[in-house]
Amino acid sequence: MTAPAAPAAPDQPAPEPAGPVLSASGLHVTFAGRGGRAARAVDGVDLEIRPGEIVALVGESGCGKSTLARALLGLVRPTSGQVAYHGRPLDYRSRELKRFRERAQLVLQDPSGSLNPRHTVYDAVAEGRRIHNGATPDEQERVAEALSRAGLRPPERFLLRYPHELSGGQRQRVVIAGALILDPEVIVADEPVASLDASVRGEILRLLMRLRDDFGLAALVVTHDLGLAWNIADRIAVMYLGRVVETGTVEEVLSAPRHPYTRALLSVLPEAGQEPQVLAGEPPDPTRIPGGCRFHARCPVLASGRAEAAGVAERCRTEDPGPLPAGGAADAACHWARAQAAGG
Amino acid sequence: MTAPPAAGATADAAPAPRAGGRRPGLPPTVRYLGGRVLTALVSLLAVMVTSFFLFRVLPGDPVTALTQGRAVTVEQLEAMRRDFGLDQPLPQQFLDYCLGMLTLDFGTSYQYRVPVSDLILERLGPTLLLAGTGTLIAAVLGLVLGTRAGWRRGSVMDRVDTGVALTLWSVPSFWLGLLLIVLLASGAGLFPTSGMSTPGVTGPLNVALDVAHHMVLPVATMVAVVYAQYMMIMRSSLVDEAGADYLTTARAKGLRDALVLRRHAVPNALLPTVTLIFLNLGRVVSGVILIETVFAWPGLGSLFYSGLRVPDLPIVQALFVVFAGSVILMNLLADLVYPLLDPRVRT
Ligand SMILES: Nc1ncnc2c1ncn2[C@@H]1O[C@H](COP(=O)(O)OP(=O)(O)OP(=O)(O)O)[C@@H](O)[C@H]1O
Ligand SMILES: [Mg+2]
Repeated sequence: MTAPAAPAAPDQPAPEPAGPVLSASGLHVTFAGRGGRAARAVDGVDLEIRPGEIVALVGESGCGKSTLARALLGLVRPTSGQVAYHGRPLDYRSRELKRFRERAQLVLQDPSGSLNPRHTVYDAVAEGRRIHNGATPDEQERVAEALSRAGLRPPERFLLRYPHELSGGQRQRVVIAGALILDPEVIVADEPVASLDASVRGEILRLLMRLRDDFGLAALVVTHDLGLAWNIADRIAVMYLGRVVETGTVEEVLSAPRHPYTRALLSVLPEAGQEPQVLAGEPPDPTRIPGGCRFHARCPVLASGRAEAAGVAERCRTEDPGPLPAGGAADAACHWARAQAAGG
Repeated sequence: MTAPPAAGATADAAPAPRAGGRRPGLPPTVRYLGGRVLTALVSLLAVMVTSFFLFRVLPGDPVTALTQGRAVTVEQLEAMRRDFGLDQPLPQQFLDYCLGMLTLDFGTSYQYRVPVSDLILERLGPTLLLAGTGTLIAAVLGLVLGTRAGWRRGSVMDRVDTGVALTLWSVPSFWLGLLLIVLLASGAGLFPTSGMSTPGVTGPLNVALDVAHHMVLPVATMVAVVYAQYMMIMRSSLVDEAGADYLTTARAKGLRDALVLRRHAVPNALLPTVTLIFLNLGRVVSGVILIETVFAWPGLGSLFYSGLRVPDLPIVQALFVVFAGSVILMNLLADLVYPLLDPRVRT
């Protein structure tokens, strides 16, 4: 399965090359850390989310996934670089931002925390619509419709409940209904199922996929679970220490990973059928991003001498492979992988 | 709590009606309320017992104090002692005291020679007026400033507001009161220095204005010393709330920051604050005693002070129970109000 650079499906009568709904270019987010040390949580990311596409953002804890997700929604202002919505740079003035926020919605990890404990399901779901349309006579109808689209049926039974009266899975559906009521083009979901029971996870994920298939919803799903990414995503971006180090379609990245970091992540999956590769070295710290390739100190390929054999070891230690372009093609920010590809 | 439905196919179904998991017998609300009321009653009993012994270990003998500077015979002293019931053995005195308390008969004041309950009723109004006005202003001021400071934690405004509040809070109220008297009353003559009214003023409007004029300094002193605690409580509970995910969700939906604060953060932060405000009303009581004394405000506080100097046991015992009782009552109210505000406890 070799995906062409253009994302258009082959059996469609040449649709317009759909531009990305949401994109980041050269995005940096730096937090002023304690003791004057700045944390470069997002350190040069290019990323595109196209209509009707689910992009998975994976990587270990602290690599900047949530920060990137928040920056994409204008919740965190980038230090440099930009976020663009349909190609237009995000405008951070409140009126413009509000208009953008009608079209892009957020779903957070812990549904208990992301629902106001004192608001009923009805209030929680209706809120987005009230913000953008005011109180309309069809409000109750719309709330009920959003709840059923999120799989809470019959909706009437949930309207007056409080979050603490619902199960975790139901709460997350309420959060999703609150996003759906605005008919968004894109949803950014930050570990949407990480706090849920395994049995409920599948249902929430299927819901996201159905929303993509039925309504052309685009989504960025943050996760550190590669299996989950494999199941629901069309494309995947692997993040390490503030950078996307490998991207491509799910098949490309997960069945033929190029970056040693992606390989290490995959090797610990039970399905991998190989020796799990535990990464050596200190856990990454965004206040001290190493020079050269940011992964080199922990890179098993460099440690085992294979990089030396390929003649790139010196570059690994001194030369930053640079950010990956957002385009569609599978790519990895790795000197060794590039040397392998070039050398055949 | 409703049990979450089992996973799998039933996850889509509405939760089962809230029937299961409830023990037979009294409904939980009644059990909750009953428990709280019972606790309050037990505390009140403990306060009554404490009050009796507390003031008997104070130095000073009422009879000697009341007859100071007068020539009295030993027989007269004995008669007074008998009159007050102080000749009885301690257990007998305690028994009489308890019976009196339980029938709301607080005895007769040693110095004023009138029933203590009459004195209390007469002085209650001025105290409620002063303490009520002061607490209300302090609470509103504290909540507003605390909200402002907590929402912009670490900002210059937060630091200034917090610094001013804590400075005032750490100042003794009698000192601040005297300072205000010296600056604004004695010196500039802007406000009366003592009492609650000017003799000879007539007409309802004039009386009201006169009382208000007398209230300015005591209320200002009380507010200045007390508002910091409301402010700090509100500030910290807002800071706790400020990182909550539901605020991020609301913001991401496009809600303006001011509305995120008003609709989401403040109502949730008020919840713990209301309880703590009720719990902190105990400090109001002690504050009022000092302030009434400084400004010679004819309320329960200055009555307590005048009783303490003798010691006029019936007065101080009764007032101690009244003061402690009002704190207990406030705590009880806090417990009762909380479930009304929080759906999670309401169940
Ligand atoms: N508001 C902030 N101020 C300072 N540092 C921050 C802030 N938010 C995040 N960081 C830092 O930025 C880095 C990236 O954080 P982020 O939450 O984006 O990681 P993540 O990939 O989402 O991790 P996880 O999987 O644990 O959620 C972390 O080192 C974190 O400490
Ligand atoms: Mg995260």
